[in-house]
Amino acid sequence: MDIELMINSFPKLLNAAVVTLKLLSVSLIVGLFIGLLFAILRLSKNVFINKFAYGYSYVFRGTPLLVQIFIIYFGLGQIESLRTSFLWVILKEPYWCAIIAFALNTGAYTSEILRSAFQTIKPGIIEAGQSLGISTKIIFYKIQIPIAIRQSLPAYGNEIILMLKGTSLASTVTLMDLTGVAKYIISTTFKPIEVFVVAGGIYLFITFIIHNIIKYLEKRYSF
Amino acid sequence: MMNIFKKTIFSVLLSLLVIGNVNADKIRIGTEGAYPPWNSKDESGKLIGFEVELAYTLCRYIGQQCTIVEQDWDGMIPALIMRKFDAIMAGMSITAERQKAISFSQGYADEVASLAVMKGSSLEGLDTPAGINLTKPNAAAKKALKTLTAALAGKTVCVQTATIHQNFLDSGDVGKVNVRTYKTQDEVNLDLASGRCDAALAAAVAFSDYAEKSGKPVVLTGPTFSGGAFGNGVGVGIRKDDTELLKKFNAAINKARKNGDISRIATKWFGFDASM
Repeated sequence: MDIELMINSFPKLLNAAVVTLKLLSVSLIVGLFIGLLFAILRLSKNVFINKFAYGYSYVFRGTPLLVQIFIIYFGLGQIESLRTSFLWVILKEPYWCAIIAFALNTGAYTSEILRSAFQTIKPGIIEAGQSLGISTKIIFYKIQIPIAIRQSLPAYGNEIILMLKGTSLASTVTLMDLTGVAKYIISTTFKPIEVFVVAGGIYLFITFIIHNIIKYLEKRYSF
Repeated sequence: MMNIFKKTIFSVLLSLLVIGNVNADKIRIGTEGAYPPWNSKDESGKLIGFEVELAYTLCRYIGQQCTIVEQDWDGMIPALIMRKFDAIMAGMSITAERQKAISFSQGYADEVASLAVMKGSSLEGLDTPAGINLTKPNAAAKKALKTLTAALAGKTVCVQTATIHQNFLDSGDVGKVNVRTYKTQDEVNLDLASGRCDAALAAAVAFSDYAEKSGKPVVLTGPTFSGGAFGNGVGVGIRKDDTELLKKFNAAINKARKNGDISRIATKWFGFDASM
């Protein structure tokens, strides 16, 4: 064990963890909106809307994240007409390609988490609202959504942690996130164990923080 | 019945032991299989290329059997150190940095590096000499580096990770460029063609090979590079404590060179004599 290398690489890796956290937070925020939208679409009685939403979550949950990010980054980059379109401004950047892939992926899982949370809401709660003369819209926004979010907290906490680890794939499309910088250091020192142990420790620490935030929220909003 | 069962198990275990022994005599050589024409794979996934053919030739001279093991480039040296194989033949240039971690045999072939751009790029047709040596750069080489520094300012240059090409760009000899690193040369080529990279740096043959196979208008630009950060030719990477094997490889390379085998195989794969 080269302790000196571990100490020297720590600040560099910590810096890179900022990139990882940026990737994670942006894709989680975008993914949450996508997830909420598609969860609502899944509850639709219209067969086409319902099937479309189901198809989205089926495709993105049924394929590896690495494949998705490669298709978006290297795959779309091969299409000539896309390269000359305005979309290329975004797709040219590995950062946005990674965000798109991560957001679509976590969006698919989030939509499933929220859908099942919506479906577990007891009809009695909605009926109670109706009997008080509250409009369907208000019931949905003020009763169903808050309950669904609370119900899905434990599962969503899991999803955040899975996504954190998923961001390590950003290094495959040239981004210098925590894993990317770790690989870079290894490429000049040829000592993978030391560097990956430090990088793994940082991931573990971030997970620890996320886990405790979710635990706090669960307690705070329990009923 | 029990007896047959016992016998079967015993013979299976015995055969495993024998197979294990056979493998122990074999030299395991690690290669990437993604850096044509040095080493690559054919459609069926079989490893081919200059170094694959050369490896079997060298092993014949050593008088031992060889197996060729595939290994991702970025884990090549760690895998050697962790004894996943005994030697590296993967277009790996002999550099001072790598020599801190492993030993190298004498060089068996040399490559020059070059920048590549897409046809029509503003970086095409730079006013530089045909080739520069960076070991003791002369006035012309220094001037060429200045020209390159000005031309590449703010540009994105793509390279494969953990290569001499990355080391060169990181060294600051051509100023501050945006260096993007990729796991394989294939991915560098893809992003050069897509326009995400303003230029790419690798072995000149890697680009001409790609241009020929893909039909994409990839052209070389600027000088070819050798020496300095680009190392002193490509050799066999061997663990530092494995001096016995190092001697064997050095002797085999001597014989193969004398008999003209290296030149012949190099000409076959490169289209010119890249041997040294």
